[in-house]
Amino acid sequence: MNFQSLITDLTADSQNSIMLFMPEICLSLFISLFLLVRLMSRRIDLFWVALVGAVAGLISSRPWELGSEELIGSELFTGLLVHDGLTVAMRTILMGFLVMFLIFTKISGIPDREDGADIYTLIFGATLGMCLMVSANHLLVVFLAIEMTSVPSYVLAALMKGRRRGSEAGLKYAIYGAGAAGIMLYGISLLAGLTSSAHLPTIALQLAEILPNMSASEQAVLCLSAVMIAAGVAFKLSVVPFHFWAPDVFHGACAEVNAFLSIASKAAALALLLRLAVGLGSVPLETVADRAESQGAAANVQLLDIQQTRPVAIVEDVADDEAVDSAVAAVETTDQFDDRIARKAAKDAQLAPVRNFIALLVAFFAVITTTFGNLAAYGQTNIKRMLAYSTIAHAGYMIMAICPLMALLGVDSSGAENAASALLQYIVVYVFMNLGAFAIIAFLRNYIGSEEISDYSGMIKTRPALVICLALIFFSLVGLPPLAGFLGKFAIFASITEAYTATTQTYLLVILVVAGLNTAISLFYYLAVIKTMIMGEPTTAKPVGNLEVGKIETAYVIAITAPTVLLIVCWESVAHVAQQAVVWFIA
Amino acid sequence: MDFFNSITLIVFLPTIGALALAFFPSLKDEEGVNEAENKNLLLMATLAITLITFAVTVGVFLLGGDDRFHSNTADMQKAFSVDWIPAFNIHFAMGLDGISFPLIMLTTGISALAVGASWSIKKHLKAYCILFLLLETGMLGVFLALDFFLFYVFWEVMLLPMYFLIGIWGGPRREYAAIKFFLYTLLGSVLMLIAILVLYYASDLTKLDAGTLATLNLNESVVSEVLAIQADSDGNHAPMHTFNLLALAEIGQNTDCFSPTVQWWCFLLLFIGFLVKVPSIPVHTWLPDAHVEAPTPISMILAGVLLKMGGYGIIRICYPICPVGGLELAYLVCGLGVASMVYGAFAALAQKDFKRMVAYSSVSHMGYVVLGFGVWTLMGDGDYWKMGINGALFQMIGHGISSAGMFFMVGIIYDRVHHRNLDEFGGLYGLMPKYTALAMGLFFAGLGLPGLCGFIGEVLVVLSVWKFSPLLAIVSASVVILTAAYILWAIQRVYLGPEYKGPHAEEICPINNREFSIGAILLSLAILFGVFPNLIIRYMDDTVAAQVDSLNEWRVRYEASVEQDTATEVEEADHPAESVVTALSADVVLTDVAHPLSSMIRNEAAVVVSVNEQQ
Repeated sequence: MNFQSLITDLTADSQNSIMLFMPEICLSLFISLFLLVRLMSRRIDLFWVALVGAVAGLISSRPWELGSEELIGSELFTGLLVHDGLTVAMRTILMGFLVMFLIFTKISGIPDREDGADIYTLIFGATLGMCLMVSANHLLVVFLAIEMTSVPSYVLAALMKGRRRGSEAGLKYAIYGAGAAGIMLYGISLLAGLTSSAHLPTIALQLAEILPNMSASEQAVLCLSAVMIAAGVAFKLSVVPFHFWAPDVFHGACAEVNAFLSIASKAAALALLLRLAVGLGSVPLETVADRAESQGAAANVQLLDIQQTRPVAIVEDVADDEAVDSAVAAVETTDQFDDRIARKAAKDAQLAPVRNFIALLVAFFAVITTTFGNLAAYGQTNIKRMLAYSTIAHAGYMIMAICPLMALLGVDSSGAENAASALLQYIVVYVFMNLGAFAIIAFLRNYIGSEEISDYSGMIKTRPALVICLALIFFSLVGLPPLAGFLGKFAIFASITEAYTATTQTYLLVILVVAGLNTAISLFYYLAVIKTMIMGEPTTAKPVGNLEVGKIETAYVIAITAPTVLLIVCWESVAHVAQQAVVWFIA
Repeated sequence: MDFFNSITLIVFLPTIGALALAFFPSLKDEEGVNEAENKNLLLMATLAITLITFAVTVGVFLLGGDDRFHSNTADMQKAFSVDWIPAFNIHFAMGLDGISFPLIMLTTGISALAVGASWSIKKHLKAYCILFLLLETGMLGVFLALDFFLFYVFWEVMLLPMYFLIGIWGGPRREYAAIKFFLYTLLGSVLMLIAILVLYYASDLTKLDAGTLATLNLNESVVSEVLAIQADSDGNHAPMHTFNLLALAEIGQNTDCFSPTVQWWCFLLLFIGFLVKVPSIPVHTWLPDAHVEAPTPISMILAGVLLKMGGYGIIRICYPICPVGGLELAYLVCGLGVASMVYGAFAALAQKDFKRMVAYSSVSHMGYVVLGFGVWTLMGDGDYWKMGINGALFQMIGHGISSAGMFFMVGIIYDRVHHRNLDEFGGLYGLMPKYTALAMGLFFAGLGLPGLCGFIGEVLVVLSVWKFSPLLAIVSASVVILTAAYILWAIQRVYLGPEYKGPHAEEICPINNREFSIGAILLSLAILFGVFPNLIIRYMDDTVAAQVDSLNEWRVRYEASVEQDTATEVEEADHPAESVVTALSADVVLTDVAHPLSSMIRNEAAVVVSVNEQQ
């Protein structure tokens, strides 16, 4: 391959990639715009600009492609990123959340005209990082994306300037984050060193080859690198024992920032975990390495008649021969397809120890995280701190989905799809539940000037709508039907059971039982808040906050709570979209 | 059938009513400043909604012409199934048969009466009425659901309103009682959820034949899909999971999808979940607290309907779906039933609080229900089991009427004198003669006096137990003496005696018409069903008979297959000279593979061995 063809390839690749990279570009443009507007005038309310940016981001994520079967996966920028159903679904969730979140901040009034530009820049910057996280296909991008998300988050955590708690939160978050990032980077370098690549599919392929005759010391290094990378992701997910920052940061930062950190950042980290687990645990059907093998043959392969058309990664219509040569054949025959499947199955079989290791690692984290989170939440007196532990516990429930996914990957691909889609469904529900909870906390803070649970006593008499919504959201977080939280939990529990029935691995039964018991434990602390609000005597103290809870606030809260109540009626559509989104990703 | 039909109408009528109530305007006082609830309007509206629900139930099921509920068939009637969440094969499937029909009538009836008893509720009436109506939807849904997922959803739906109804409108320790109730039920239902999922993933519709599929209230699309898979028989197809309760029962009894281990464990998990609700010892402790703290109408609902859900779950779900567990754990089930009866009776005897005493009497009486279900004699042809189940189901209805009545009677006196201390009553006979007459009648119904509804259920259950275990029969029969003791003693302390000894004597007044008519309705039902038990039994007889027959057929097959296993395993061990050792090792093997057998079958196995040797 000469220099000329290399350039042509790259140009073609970039042209294609840019089209699918629009959401990120959109966010970047608006970040620049915020800064420019800031230069020109300080009096412009940037909310509307930000809202336009978020909506543009949402549209450019192409949510309408979800659920359609034409959505095929492709690698962008020579394999740094991947664009598939999962990317689209997660971007849609992130951008949709961004829209709702911006409206929320506007109503609660946290970004005033003075620092609006800063805040929107930070939020958009973090979202940009999250979009990269959900489409990462390369360990360098993984690291970059995590950092791009984290750095703005550190600043956001310290948003309440001049407050000791806020600064403390920011500093703690930054120090923990830096430590976790360092460890993760070390893990990445070990893994890349072992497999001489940082491209996930190539690593998987390489692992499949070297795993059978690996020396014990090499295996130790591999495990170490996996644990180190897991530490980095676990930090973002606030998984025990990497959770220590979460309660302090949640306590110190304002409720708006908490909503952002607990939803967007967590959702992106979960998607990243999915990418890493599936990326390392199986060889994708269409990998670059696969292509490299077949490249020699590709020149000879004529485009045979279309018996079985399975579109491959990058469909290019560049006319010249060299491009065709380097790209994969656009069409392949059934035989080749079967052959490919067989080869993939063989490789996947060799990767079974990797999957087993990931599953056990995640199961271990999940069990201690849910249990610890739920037990620690019980003693909290500050609602934000309590929700921080609740978030930790929910991270535990959510990562449980990785275990059945790993157990079924390569055994039963439809079961594995169910597991991944269960996680997506949970994330969707979780967005509404946590956004609603933090929105109510923010509005109540504006009203009574307190975030202590005891100050919520008897609130039902003064703010009935907000209290009823918060009660519904909390019951949903417990996972009681008919509220949506139950559906998310049900999907994950079902997936664990499915994996247990198929494989009879004991650890799956253990996490199922632990998850079930934790559901009952979690009832205590959610119910304690509800009890205080509804059955407690109203406090005699006058509200010290200056802002009323008006109609707009109430309407917003009801609009966010409504999905948790009504999703059970139309759950099929969510389940279907989630299922479709992960088909390509798993296969 | 379509989603919109008489059954969904009945289930969701209370919900629609609750939504309508939410928009009821509040009253303004003369200056138009302070708002107050229009209490009478709210209560009348709620009463109207519950009465309409009851009337629709009666109209559709009893008077509906050819369309009414037929007593002479064991099939599911008015069953329908609508796609809901196809991703998990979840359908909105409902229907009713002889087991659920009497319970539906009981639920709608007791609900209307409980609203009638709600005039004593003073605060937040609108919220109370809305929650009450949501509760009714939950209860009806549980009894009508034919899809396991739907059943679970309704099972939990009823938790939330109940929590608030106890927690907000209850007595001094209401919050503690409410959370205890919530936690016990939630823990039980989480275990149930695990069992549901395990059964779902073990189930496979393709193992059933076309004739059976047609009877299971499955969607046509599902049936055709299954048939297509079966026709395309390379024997290597993916299983078709299902949540359909009828299909699960069919699969549990007629296929090998659920291994004995799975059945054993799932039976246990489900049984614990239902046992919490019944409640039986050792998970009964929430009940006395909940009852004592709950306001009178909620106590009526709790005792009259909610406890029946546990029994309903056991007979509808545990036995048909996991018969192995039912067979192996028969002694556990019956033992718990008898233990609850005895313990509940002694505990009731020891109570100082009137309402707590009635609550423990519920524990004792629901023990009969558990016992009646558990009587699956290892010999005999199943007639005793039929009798036991019929007795248990009748006991559920009878207890629903008598216990609701007893709680209402306690509530009436509590409203007047604001205490429930058994030692501080007395002489009410003279002060409130009509009330005392009603109360005595209802308490005697609870006691199980012949001619009243409590008697039939108890006697049927006790009779059926004799063949199963004479010891248990004797113990359970003698519980009647304890029951008589605590009830007569309570009557003596509260109603008889020369004079009233407690506080607030000046507030004692004769009961009003509303109270009288509720009590009179309950008492006349108690007498009616006590004299003509067949009014109820004729509805459930065929369904129970069909279920018992099918389970007995299953048992014959099961035992035959177990024997076969034993025989093969014995033959495989090829050392005829050491026959004793072989028989022993067969035993060991059997216990290992989780076929815990009754000693009877083991003996037969030994016989088989000796026969083989002779040959």
